[in-house]
Amino acid sequence: MSTSTTLEAPNTGTWDGGNEPLKASYGKLMMWFFLLSDAFTFGAFLITYGVARHAHMPFTGKAADFTFSTEWWPIPEKVFNAFPGLHGMDLPLAFVALMTMILILSSVTMVLAVEAGHRMDKNDVQKWLLWTIFFGATFLGCQAWEWTHFIMGTDEGMLLADGTTYHGANMTFNQYGPPLFANLFFFITGFHGFHVFIGWTLLVIAFISTVNGVYHKRGHYEMVEKIGLYWHFVDLVWVFVFTFFYLI
Amino acid sequence: MATHHEHDINTTGEIPKPQTKAIWKTFFILVVLTAIEFLFAFTMEAGTLRNAIFIILTIFKAFYIVAEFMHLKHETKSLIWSIVLPLALVIWLMVALIAEGSYYYESITNYFK
Repeated sequence: MSTSTTLEAPNTGTWDGGNEPLKASYGKLMMWFFLLSDAFTFGAFLITYGVARHAHMPFTGKAADFTFSTEWWPIPEKVFNAFPGLHGMDLPLAFVALMTMILILSSVTMVLAVEAGHRMDKNDVQKWLLWTIFFGATFLGCQAWEWTHFIMGTDEGMLLADGTTYHGANMTFNQYGPPLFANLFFFITGFHGFHVFIGWTLLVIAFISTVNGVYHKRGHYEMVEKIGLYWHFVDLVWVFVFTFFYLI
Repeated sequence: MATHHEHDINTTGEIPKPQTKAIWKTFFILVVLTAIEFLFAFTMEAGTLRNAIFIILTIFKAFYIVAEFMHLKHETKSLIWSIVLPLALVIWLMVALIAEGSYYYESITNYFK
């Protein structure tokens, strides 16, 4: 004998799931706790950088006399001083400043897309998502250039004991300082860049869904909001990478 | 937003005007803080004081991104604390391991010479 099931009304009792103590949807909560765990990962990476730096000799002379050596940890602004199209000029941190601005701008356009989503303004969501996708792609392009420059090295290079000069960087040796310096550059900025790439892919998917009216039919743009949380987190991580890798 | 606005998908009424003042204000604060960081990077000698300034400015920037852009400031207190409190573990790890790194450096420079 078959029993017919009827749809029950949602439970409203405190211990029946009718209580929502954090006043946020399931998806958003999960995104928050995922980001918390991701913050631990990035925290561990940056702490590793700090440990490696403290375990190596700092450069003690004047900044003007600084030369690349495996003896001491390099001064970041002496390493990151190149700008595309301006070969051989000493422009400390100029390019990384540009990258920071691009990422902050992309965060603003993202939050504008979320705001438009709250108003169910499909056109505005599309517009701001497209700007975010544009800035995200620009950032990734900048990072590709920076990696290429870091790997290829500068004309100056590092003078080795046997009289030859070493240019560029790989996992075992680099012209800037101890091997760990390049390794951590690759791991930290690489892991961050990977996050940006994932976020960028999610943004493209969200843009296609928005254009197709998926979220409008659903009645809310919460997916844009969740991807927004992830995107802001990527910006947040860059703020820390920028300080601990490039400034200090 | 902590709570979802109820939207009727069938409404073809007017879309409300955007409220973007707070967003651009936060953007302005982030740009100014970054500019101050660069100012210190080029005008001040490297040292503990300058590093402390950088870290404090970074924490301010992080606050504005998380509180305003990620909207955490406007969530419930219990959600705010369940995100912020575990990060204290990261600070503990940082202090512990950087002390360890300094000790390692001290050891190899003083004991093996």
